[in-house]
Amino acid sequence: MNIAVADRQPDTARQTDLGIVDCDVHPYTKTPADLDQFLSERWRKHRASIGARSRGPFANAPNYPRMSPGVGMRMDAWPPGGGHPGSDLAMMREQLLDAFNVSHGMMMPLLGRGGDERNVEFGAALATAANDWEAQVWCDAEPRLKAAIQITTEYTEAAIKEIEKRAGDRRFTHVMIPPRGLEPLGRRRYWPILEACAANGFPIALHLGGTSGHPSTGGGWPSFYHEEHPSYPQSKEALVTSLVTEGVFEHIPNLRVALVEGGFAWLPSLGWRLDKHYLRLRDEVPHLKMLPSEYIRQNIWVTTQPIEEPERPEDILATCEWIGWDRIMFSTDYPHWDQDDPRYAFKVRIPEKEKQMLFRDNAVAFYNLD
Amino acid sequence: MGKPTPGAIDCDIHPALPGTDALLPYLDDYWREHVLMRGLQRDNYNARAFPPNAPINARPDWRPAKGFPGSDLSTLQTQALDAFQTRYAICNVLHGAPAIFSEDLSAAFCRAINDWVKAEWLDRDPRLRASIVVPMHSPELAAQEVERCAADPRFVQVLVWEMTEIPLGRRMYWPLWRAAERLDLPVGIHAGSSFRHPPTNLGWPSYYLEDYVSWSTGFTGVLNSLISEGVFVEFPRLKVVLMESGVTWLPAWMWRANKTWRAVRAEVPWLDKSPAEYAREHVRLTIQPFDAPPKAEQLLRIIEEIDCEDMLLFSTDYPHWHFDGDNALPDGLPDALIRKILVDNPLKTYSRLQA
Repeated sequence: MNIAVADRQPDTARQTDLGIVDCDVHPYTKTPADLDQFLSERWRKHRASIGARSRGPFANAPNYPRMSPGVGMRMDAWPPGGGHPGSDLAMMREQLLDAFNVSHGMMMPLLGRGGDERNVEFGAALATAANDWEAQVWCDAEPRLKAAIQITTEYTEAAIKEIEKRAGDRRFTHVMIPPRGLEPLGRRRYWPILEACAANGFPIALHLGGTSGHPSTGGGWPSFYHEEHPSYPQSKEALVTSLVTEGVFEHIPNLRVALVEGGFAWLPSLGWRLDKHYLRLRDEVPHLKMLPSEYIRQNIWVTTQPIEEPERPEDILATCEWIGWDRIMFSTDYPHWDQDDPRYAFKVRIPEKEKQMLFRDNAVAFYNLD
Repeated sequence: MGKPTPGAIDCDIHPALPGTDALLPYLDDYWREHVLMRGLQRDNYNARAFPPNAPINARPDWRPAKGFPGSDLSTLQTQALDAFQTRYAICNVLHGAPAIFSEDLSAAFCRAINDWVKAEWLDRDPRLRASIVVPMHSPELAAQEVERCAADPRFVQVLVWEMTEIPLGRRMYWPLWRAAERLDLPVGIHAGSSFRHPPTNLGWPSYYLEDYVSWSTGFTGVLNSLISEGVFVEFPRLKVVLMESGVTWLPAWMWRANKTWRAVRAEVPWLDKSPAEYAREHVRLTIQPFDAPPKAEQLLRIIEEIDCEDMLLFSTDYPHWHFDGDNALPDGLPDALIRKILVDNPLKTYSRLQA
């Protein structure tokens, strides 16, 4: 595990000369108490006594244990001075920002987890605290890092208030929603939140995760992380299906959505499937005015990690072509075990123009970066 | 005008139970009295996954003036068997019996359905074969029903749905797979859900279109389960047939499953080859519906990416509506592959057809 294996030459030494945008970076706290300074006395006490309550069996561990310590961290990312991988800015600079010449790192914090909390008041407080922590602890120290606005989708008023509060603060570039909520995100009860994202100019980053309480497959709970890890694309397929079928993009045409940490090779087939069966069942969804694949092309972007690895490496180029090179954005997922290295993720040479789009330009436009 | 299909083996057609009361003659005395006492013969236990009036579930010219599509033998003979000149067609009854919560009632209904299929379909047309409908939430009772039916060689497969209460690879299911392997019965896993859980891991979608689209996603979960749990290690002769899956999702699943396996295989050390290799050896897919890309060269690339000529099996999915006229084969498939899809692959998959 985590043994560096250089089984091929980097695509090109110039890959990272571009100044890449990394669309999935995970900052962590050194200790859970780091968030306390951003919580009120009432919620600090609640956190210490009751603690987080999501919809799963374990108090402080994921349903599916990962294959490396720290819930699936890179073994070489533990800071020598202590703390969790991703908690030490100097090390993040050394291993990610400087190493790969990252001009912008889009943060997707997996702590606080306000969106998973069953007590929505506490969830909203955690989300706000995590947002303050991102901005003050990370962005102020390292302007290359861009903050996500975490929200609680089950508490509409608080979510909208949080989005509006951060609008205009250039440290915040996107709203982050864990897609496995109580209901598929396209359902009408979530529209006010989606409207607020668009109205305030924020794209939405749908990073995998959330604890809906629903099994990871429609046929029940699997046994292994070996099944849970490849269930992330299943989440993403359901998410695209919901957003498109409910008519979200008909209702909010300027809503921009990025699917983070689900890979992307499944998307073309999903588009063909949606189109084919939409044509049979269109009377059920008369609110759709275009083919589902046209909404996908218009409103949905994907990030690359964990990039699918075709048996014939060149097949990934055709897949990118079918999705549209202008809709694909590079991501590493630092410091997780399955992080993609920009020099090796693609096992085939990408044409220069497309490389520029995928590693940089698409994300600069999508996230409206300086 | 579609490619000719004479002599083909249609691996997925759907005769429909005209109503629960049609089962009364096939129930034993206890269950007949039980059903009549509760008035269950008046209820409709059609599967929620396939509402018969939805356009996708019956082609307009295959929709009868009265009764459920697929419920009349002579209509099915004309429209499915004669029209495509099939040598055999495998009947997959999609009734809701396997999803009934009482294992005992579910088993009683499944037994009655299998005996009804035998008497009213198989005995009346020598071209018909059938899958064994089982109480799939009770592997023990399901295995008993498989044993009971397998004595008749016209039962060629065990039928379950892809979305069940617990994933199909779990060890609880192994007695059923053990019986299927021993009796030379592939396991047909059909699209659909018993809706013990939402069909997506995001929760309950609003529209039937979403349920239908979710079937292909669900199959990736089924394969992850069967392979991860080691079903094909424990039962090396077992074949599974994914029916009504859409097909073109397969390469992306292979790439992702292989990548995860390479990194996470310490968790499942019994696997000695990649998920894609297990799939090519053990998994077959019926070809309707075929979620085809818009361009012929894209289709050819998908076929190359699947990289296995043995995996696809001919089906019309009668009376479901995925194509018009006699155009049952997706456009643009290579001729040599078509021959294998129509005859060779079904014969290799269903050894009972060769008897």
